Amino acid sequence: MAIEIGLSKVAESETHGENSPYFAGWKAYDEDPYDELCNPSGVIQMGLAENQVSFDLLEQYLETHTESPTIGRSKASGFRENALFQDYHGLKSFRKAMASFMEEIRGGRAKFNPDRVVLTAGATAASELLTFILADPGDALLVPTPYYPGFDRDLRWRTGVNIVPVSCDSSNNFEITPQALESAYNEAVSKNIKVKGVFITNPSNPLGATIKRRILEQILEFVSRKNMHLVSDEIYSGSAFSSDEFVSIAEVLESRNYKDTERVHIVYSLSKDLGLPGFRVGSIYSYNDKVVLTARRMSSFTLISSQTQQLLAPMLSDKKFTEHYVKTNRERLKRRHEMIISGLKNAGIECLKGNAGLFCWMNLRPFLEEDTKEQELELWDLILHEVKLNISPGSSCHCSEPGWFRVCFANISEQTLDVALGRIKDFVEIRKGRKRNNGFCSK
Amino acid sequence: MKMLSKKATCKSHGQDSSYFLGWQEYEKNPFDPIRNQSGIIQMGLAENQLSFDLLESWIARNQEISGFKKTGGSIFRELALFQDYHGLPAFKKELVEYMSEIRQNKVKFDPNKVVLTAGATSANETLMFCLAEPGEAFLIPTPYYPGFDRDLKWRTGVEIIPVHCHSSNDFRITASSLEEAYKQAQNLHLKVKGIFITNPSNPLGTTFTLNELNLIINFAINENIHIVNDEIYTGTVFDSPRFVGIIEALKIRKFDPKRASIWSRVHVVSSLSKDLGLPGFRIGMIYSNNDTLIAAATKMSSFGLISSQSQFLLSKILADKKFIRNYVKENRRRLKNRHKMLVSGLKKVGIPCLKSNSGLFCWVDMRSLLKSDTFEAEMNLWREMIGEYLLNVSPGSSCHCVEPGWFRVCFANMAKETLEIAVGRIQALVNSRALQLMIN
Repeated sequence: MAIEIGLSKVAESETHGENSPYFAGWKAYDEDPYDELCNPSGVIQMGLAENQVSFDLLEQYLETHTESPTIGRSKASGFRENALFQDYHGLKSFRKAMASFMEEIRGGRAKFNPDRVVLTAGATAASELLTFILADPGDALLVPTPYYPGFDRDLRWRTGVNIVPVSCDSSNNFEITPQALESAYNEAVSKNIKVKGVFITNPSNPLGATIKRRILEQILEFVSRKNMHLVSDEIYSGSAFSSDEFVSIAEVLESRNYKDTERVHIVYSLSKDLGLPGFRVGSIYSYNDKVVLTARRMSSFTLISSQTQQLLAPMLSDKKFTEHYVKTNRERLKRRHEMIISGLKNAGIECLKGNAGLFCWMNLRPFLEEDTKEQELELWDLILHEVKLNISPGSSCHCSEPGWFRVCFANISEQTLDVALGRIKDFVEIRKGRKRNNGFCSK
Repeated sequence: MKMLSKKATCKSHGQDSSYFLGWQEYEKNPFDPIRNQSGIIQMGLAENQLSFDLLESWIARNQEISGFKKTGGSIFRELALFQDYHGLPAFKKELVEYMSEIRQNKVKFDPNKVVLTAGATSANETLMFCLAEPGEAFLIPTPYYPGFDRDLKWRTGVEIIPVHCHSSNDFRITASSLEEAYKQAQNLHLKVKGIFITNPSNPLGTTFTLNELNLIINFAINENIHIVNDEIYTGTVFDSPRFVGIIEALKIRKFDPKRASIWSRVHVVSSLSKDLGLPGFRIGMIYSNNDTLIAAATKMSSFGLISSQSQFLLSKILADKKFIRNYVKENRRRLKNRHKMLVSGLKKVGIPCLKSNSGLFCWVDMRSLLKSDTFEAEMNLWREMIGEYLLNVSPGSSCHCVEPGWFRVCFANMAKETLEIAVGRIQALVNSRALQLMIN
């Protein structure tokens, strides 16, 4: 009998990355999820970067604008046209709405042309699609660490492209430096790997901080000098706690009169700012005509449901609503952030100074017996199984310094956050107590 | 311009094909029964517009579902957050029951063996990523859907080797055509990983005979390769012979699902775009008994998940069994009538169609209208049809047919009156040709 024909290398590989602790923690949560009433001793999920703080605003809008979003209500032909619509250009009204929403988030400091918006089913698809377009298998993208664990799959799995990390550390608050970029670039060159671009996330996941204008300019200068691309994933742009704190790469380009822009591409999605990950709404904004054309064609593999486009177009075009939403969402996230920061401080834990995102970058280095990844994972495991908190270890984000953890605060209620902070405080107390009782340090 | 990847700069997106160019011509001058009666009638788009009224009245009777209402509140928040690539359980349950329904319940599907994808386009590409390395090949019977050149090859790097079919036996697959294609692959030093069939066929509009399916199954067993079946048109079967899908064919052969390895190499793709006429909602799926494949494809579906909003709506529509049964029956009846309209209209002027029982189109034999038995003549005829007779039809060469003169003509994407006008235009073309011959 013939040997069983297998699947492709891509199918059999582990590059989907799902065996990382990032995902293992979710599993532990799924098996024993916290519930205020039914399971108060369950695992609290603080490893999921979801935004649940502003749903009421969306629900209210949909309630009071029932004619437009509901299909089949307004015109008899409305449903039909919508159901048939699979043009990869996307619903024009929706593309315009996305462009205008992106402008709103940036306080009008940058303009977006709807004809440069390419729609994809989520930012996951957008990132992969851009990688297919900008790089060949075997090429590399430089990605500053720590970075979103999903990139290992999104940028590498089916594309065959490599990630070369640009190391950042706490000595300068994890800011990207020209030296770090050069060093990563040289490392790639020494391995005969062609670097096709730099991929940044701004505001940063997992740092929860925006990238300073000066740094964006340095990165732009670097990619220009090396003649490569720059992708800026701005998925958290609407989650910066104040509008002025966030500087988009688009603003930097605008201030330079859009010179040399063909190398710049922006990824965006409604999953974080609007809290709608289930609806799969992502986009690529590119200043490069060929990229826009190719991305549109490739988006055939990952179109946004026309039903969803039609639902959201009126809402995103409603300037009164979007202005109010963006402002309120920012305020609520800021409050949550303050709550967790002070709660952690109260427990004797510091975080990286953050100003954006749905999480904070927590420093548990003082709690490590040794400055190693193994110790970090031991601590993570302890926190997961004893403190019953699922948080994300820095190593899963490829952080070069052990001891940092990403802790999400916007996917749970304030009460749950309170409970979590209480558990952390108790944990720290117990550790201190143990150390005292032990009478010596095991270092 | 900065350097882009080979994928970005090559032509594998396939959009230079006449299949897509015809659409472009249509876009420039689209027919409208009131505002542009001298526009081009689109007969190159395989859409089903015949039964929307049934769906629309269902939506009107179930308003609260569009408004995200459920008993005791709103499901909006839950749906908005739901991005689990395993899919909405209620939707998967209804989807597999629907899949059974359109197969006369001859086959039962397990929802755990389903992977949801944003359309069949995504499903087909995902399967190629999972089953073949770049540079490996899949055998595909010709003529085939032009989109496959992009969907199966573009980003995956997989090659297509055609299995040529001929009108001499109604374009059926034969053992020798399979062997010939396999040899061709070997000559090109390409490893064959599988065979890819569309059943019911696009563009032929026919369903595979049990004999053909068995030929393919035997071939796949002997050569130890996969079988991918795009069964997207299953819900459009409107006449005998009855549709038999690959899973049923395996059951008929009594292969033990737990022991026979062929079961782990058979994969089915489907979608709601054709029978339910909802291509915009992007609802596709992969079905397979191969657990490793399902695991990998499920993770890959992250790149093309179905909007939870659409999963929810469809779970409700499909759960209304009475509605669905009536819809399937009525849709079939309407397709049958349209098909008859086109076939008899063409017959009147001596243009035959391949005898068909499914799909949203006919495979029309226009060889008698060609000035010579060449693809050049076919292209000239196609240009004449678009330019002078204002009809966009799909030339057989865009479907990789080896015989010039065949065209795919769609009949379900327009109003009845428009189809009448279109048939009239074809009749005018034929009559003008006959006149020319007489004069000459």
